[in-house]
Amino acid sequence: MLLLVQYTLIFASVLLLVALGGCFAEHSGVINLGLEGIMVIGALGGALMMRYAPAGIPAFALILLVLLCAIGFGLLYSSLLAVAAINFKADQTIVGTALNMLGTAAATVIVKAINTAANPDDVSSTIQYVNQKKAFIINIGSFQFNWFMVIAVIALIIAYVTLYKTKFGLRMMACGEHPQAAASVGINVLKMRWAGVLISGVYGGLGGICYILAGVSEWKFENGVAGFGFLALAVMIFGQWKPQRIALAALLFGLFRALSNVYTGFDLLAALNIPGTVYNMMPYIVSLVVLAFTSKSSRAPKAEGIPYDKSMR
Amino acid sequence: MKKSFWKNNAVQSLLASLICILLGLLIGYIVLLCINPAGASGAIMAVIKNFMNYSRASLQLKNFGATLVKTAPLLMCALSVLFAYKAGLFNIGAAGQYTVGICASLYAALAWHWSWIACMLFAILVGALWGTIPGLLKAYCNVNVVISGIMLNWIGLYSTNMILTKVKETTSPYTFHLATENPSAILPTLGLEKLFSGNDKVTLAIPLSILLAIAISVILEKTRFGYELKATGGNPNAAKYAGMAEKRNTILTLAIAGALAGLGAALMYLTDFEQWQCTTSSVPGMGFSGIAATFLGGLNPIGTIFASYFIQHITSGGAFVDKTMYCSQISDLISSLIIYLCGFVLFLKTSMNSIIARNEEKRAAAAKAAAQAEGGDR
Repeated sequence: MLLLVQYTLIFASVLLLVALGGCFAEHSGVINLGLEGIMVIGALGGALMMRYAPAGIPAFALILLVLLCAIGFGLLYSSLLAVAAINFKADQTIVGTALNMLGTAAATVIVKAINTAANPDDVSSTIQYVNQKKAFIINIGSFQFNWFMVIAVIALIIAYVTLYKTKFGLRMMACGEHPQAAASVGINVLKMRWAGVLISGVYGGLGGICYILAGVSEWKFENGVAGFGFLALAVMIFGQWKPQRIALAALLFGLFRALSNVYTGFDLLAALNIPGTVYNMMPYIVSLVVLAFTSKSSRAPKAEGIPYDKSMR
Repeated sequence: MKKSFWKNNAVQSLLASLICILLGLLIGYIVLLCINPAGASGAIMAVIKNFMNYSRASLQLKNFGATLVKTAPLLMCALSVLFAYKAGLFNIGAAGQYTVGICASLYAALAWHWSWIACMLFAILVGALWGTIPGLLKAYCNVNVVISGIMLNWIGLYSTNMILTKVKETTSPYTFHLATENPSAILPTLGLEKLFSGNDKVTLAIPLSILLAIAISVILEKTRFGYELKATGGNPNAAKYAGMAEKRNTILTLAIAGALAGLGAALMYLTDFEQWQCTTSSVPGMGFSGIAATFLGGLNPIGTIFASYFIQHITSGGAFVDKTMYCSQISDLISSLIIYLCGFVLFLKTSMNSIIARNEEKRAAAAKAAAQAEGGDR
């Protein structure tokens, strides 16, 4: 049971972080379908940091460096979306999809090149971080507390305050609802959208490093992040683009994802004798069902996905 | 006045695609340079040369055939994406429809011992059903097709692994060979293998996929259904107002797109070129490469034929890079860069048009000045 709670919380943290990222981008008016790719690149940044960090570094410094690195990589990578979607008015779906494919391909190429350079026989795309991972985890009895659970909560509070309590957040949301009206009162729409996408890069990068640290202690970059970026978008839609509801939605989805890791530990579930693959499918099936019921009365920002055109005013 | 050559939409699309390819290769080359400057030129040439890396003509032909074998399913996936895109739907679920198509064709062939045509039809049917799900969800529940498509990709992958485990070899994660288990399910070669120095994997699939590309082009350009489809894609509300059944069209479009992707899977796996690995942990890349081919082909079915070949050409070419320095994913990197650059096509076309307009203005002004000068002389 404790294991289920632990996995639920950690997967919910991933989903929460990434969904909040998507939330920022969409509130500014850009659909960020590239979250999956941003997660991969953020994870790559963090993993590289863990690999190259000096051995004797204190745990706190290591955590900070890894986080900064993941954030930096996510931020840089999301600017590829920003420049295409905002400045060049590219189709956001195409660019997002391209970023997903590019993220996995680039991470694989980079990691393989590093591995092969270190050892010519090593053609894997895996980075190991067995020891470094320990910095993120505190064992409380049999419960593994992960610092990312705290980070996710802090991120949630920051997102809520930024969006609803600051001038910046409210202006950004105006750009997602009616950019021409926002522009007419002197808000720089392009700048606001850039800010939205870059913040989503920060959150996506954090989510990515959190995801690869959640269960395992090595990561094969060929595998990407198994649709988690899109699950996060489903969480965001289920949460109706509101941070506090996104948090609840993330817990629900996290629970279903966690079940596939720990279902054998429950006598009842094990007795049902359902193949493990079905549990693997669960998060995706649940999200389809949830989307079917929640998409109709969508509270999506009105202008999302439409490039800002000054002459439409 | 004669319409300028450069103003032609097809010319502009071709030019934009070529720019995307060149930039994609260039950035790929820069990445290679960063990894290891010594072999970068060799590696990028290996990717571009693909089967030309062999020196013997017969081997070249044989491997050209192998590239074509994989081009057929890629073209089908690209057509699937293209067809849906014309109706304003981004069918990223093509990858999943392709996966369930694999499942249907292989299971029908290996467990039920059906003949190739029955297996193919079954794959088409299952692919269409898989495509109908996001169609229904979009039409009646307003679910974003991209997100439902991705979810269905993963559900399809896990189901396929689960179902095909029943027809796999006991000692390996791969499904049985069609050649030993059920040769009647292998697609007929129509004598095409003679053209490719005996590569018997070259089958009916290749001409069939090209014919279908032409058929799609006809449907889109010459039929009422195609027109309604494009109208719905252009402005769903206007289409609805004009009396078009936009819900029905959405569902039908995605069903057809699913059928195309499902057929693509049959065209690949019923050649016995590859077996399915029942422990596959990521959705097959064919559907995603299809997205690349669609946009590189300038959203035109005929252009897509060439773009599909190009994407498959560099993907196969990836196998020839020097493995001690680089990995074969270099070609994935290049093709994803190309898709990213395809996002800029609209911008490229707009700037091409504005350059043309500026030149024309200048020329008109010059002509006017010349005419005035002539008038002054008289």
